[in-house]
Amino acid sequence: MNTDANSISIQLDGKVHPVPVGVTVAAALSLRGDGTTRRSVQGERRAAFCGMGICQECRVMINGQRRLACQTLCAQGMIVHTLSSKVIP
Amino acid sequence: MSQDADVIVIGAGIVGSACAHELARTGLDVLVLDDRRGGATAAGMGHLVVMDDNQAELALSRYSLDLWRQWSPHLTADCAWHPCGTLWLAANAQEMGAAQEKQQRLQANGVDSQLVSAQALQRLEPSLQSGLQGALLVPGDSVVYAPNAARWLLQAYPQRIKLLQQGALTIEDNRVCLANGTYLAAPAVLLANGIHATQFCPELPIRPKKGQLLITDRYPGMVHHQLVELGYVTTAHHSTGPSVAFNVQPRPTGQLLIGSSRQFDDTSREIDAAMLSQMLERALSYLPGLVDLNAIRCWSGLRSATPDSLPILGPHPNRKGLWLAVGHEGLGITTAPASAHLLAAQITGSPPDLDPTPYLAQRFEPAA
Repeated sequence: MNTDANSISIQLDGKVHPVPVGVTVAAALSLRGDGTTRRSVQGERRAAFCGMGICQECRVMINGQRRLACQTLCAQGMIVHTLSSKVIP
Repeated sequence: MSQDADVIVIGAGIVGSACAHELARTGLDVLVLDDRRGGATAAGMGHLVVMDDNQAELALSRYSLDLWRQWSPHLTADCAWHPCGTLWLAANAQEMGAAQEKQQRLQANGVDSQLVSAQALQRLEPSLQSGLQGALLVPGDSVVYAPNAARWLLQAYPQRIKLLQQGALTIEDNRVCLANGTYLAAPAVLLANGIHATQFCPELPIRPKKGQLLITDRYPGMVHHQLVELGYVTTAHHSTGPSVAFNVQPRPTGQLLIGSSRQFDDTSREIDAAMLSQMLERALSYLPGLVDLNAIRCWSGLRSATPDSLPILGPHPNRKGLWLAVGHEGLGITTAPASAHLLAAQITGSPPDLDPTPYLAQRFEPAA
C-alpha cells in the first residue's frame, strides 16, 4: 500500500500509518498525534520523556511484548498498541 | 530542666513511626527527628509475614500481624494494604516436609495456614513452573507500602506527635544535639534509626546486610499471592555468605516486586549486577513467564542485622534514658507494631503483652 522507499507502514492502535524509515516508535507516536504511550496508576497520560531508555515513561505493547517506544525502531508491519486506553493485557 | 517532649524518637522509618504512634496513644508527647537519609523502610518489600525461625521471632511477628490487621481498615489508600497471603513454595519432597513442620508450628501458635497440593498450587498460581511439590498458604499475611504507612502512623496523633526534619549529632544523657547546634531535652530518647544506630552506639552488634529488589511494569493477574521459596528458610536466612532466594510480591497495581538477595559487608548502594543476575535466574526458575516482562527499576537497601536476627528492643544497658528499637534486619515492617508495643510498655512502666526478654540488648553482653 505504500510505495515510497523512504517510508514503511506500521499499525498503531489498529490503524495503519506510514512512517519514515529509521524513526523510533516514540517518534511515530508523536508524528501520529499527541505521543501518548500509556496511563499512570491515577489515569494520567504519559509520553516519552527522556528519550534514552531510562525513565520508562514510554512503555507500549510492540508485537505483543511490553517495550520502550523510544528504544525501538519502527519496522515494516510492526503492531503497536499504546496502553492509553487503560486496558492492560 | 525544661523538656521539649516526653520522648524524643530518632528515626521516622516504620519502627520509629510505630513507636511514636504507640507512645502518643498512651498520652505522651513525642518529638520525632529524621534527617531524611532514608533507610530500610523505603527500600524493603513491605511484606507482612509471620516468621517462625524461633519462638521469639514468631511471638513478635504474630503479635504484629494482629496489630496490622487492626490498623488495616484505618490505613489511607496510599498505604496500598493488600491482604494477599503468602504461599511458601516447596520445590522438592524435603521442602514439602518443611512445609508440614511449619504448618504444625504455626497451628500450635494459633496462626492459620493450609497445605496446598501441587495440583491446587497450579490452580492458585498458574504462572508458577509446574514441577513444584506444593506449598503452604498463610492467608493472614499481607502487603503494605511502608513509607506511606509510616507517615499514616505519625499523622494519626497530630496533637501529640511532632516531626522535625533534622538530624541528630549526638545524644548526651537526656539531651539530643541537632546538626544546627540546638539542644532538645526529654526524659526518654528512643533510637530507631536502623542501620545508622551505630553512629550513636558503636557498641551495638549491628551489621549491614545488603539486599536488592527489582520491580516490573504492570501485569495484573499474573501473580496473586506473595510467593516465597521454602529454601528461603533453609538456605538464605541462615547463611553468612552472599545468597539469593525466590521472593515475588504482587503489588496492587499489578507490578511484580522481585527479590531477594543478601550480602554482608557491602555498604555501597550500587547495584551488584552479578547478584542481580543470580536473583533473576532464581526467579525465572519459579516463574518462567517473567522472561517476557519489562523491569522498570532496581535498587538496593541495607538491612540492619544482629547476630541472632532478632531486633534490639528496650533500655540501653549502660546509658540511662536511652532506649533502643533497632536491628530489625529484613523484618522491620512486619515487626514494627510489636516493637512499638514493647518499647511503650517499658518506657511507661506498664506490663507488656509479650515477654520482652529475648529482645533486650543485654543478651549480647559478655557473661560476667
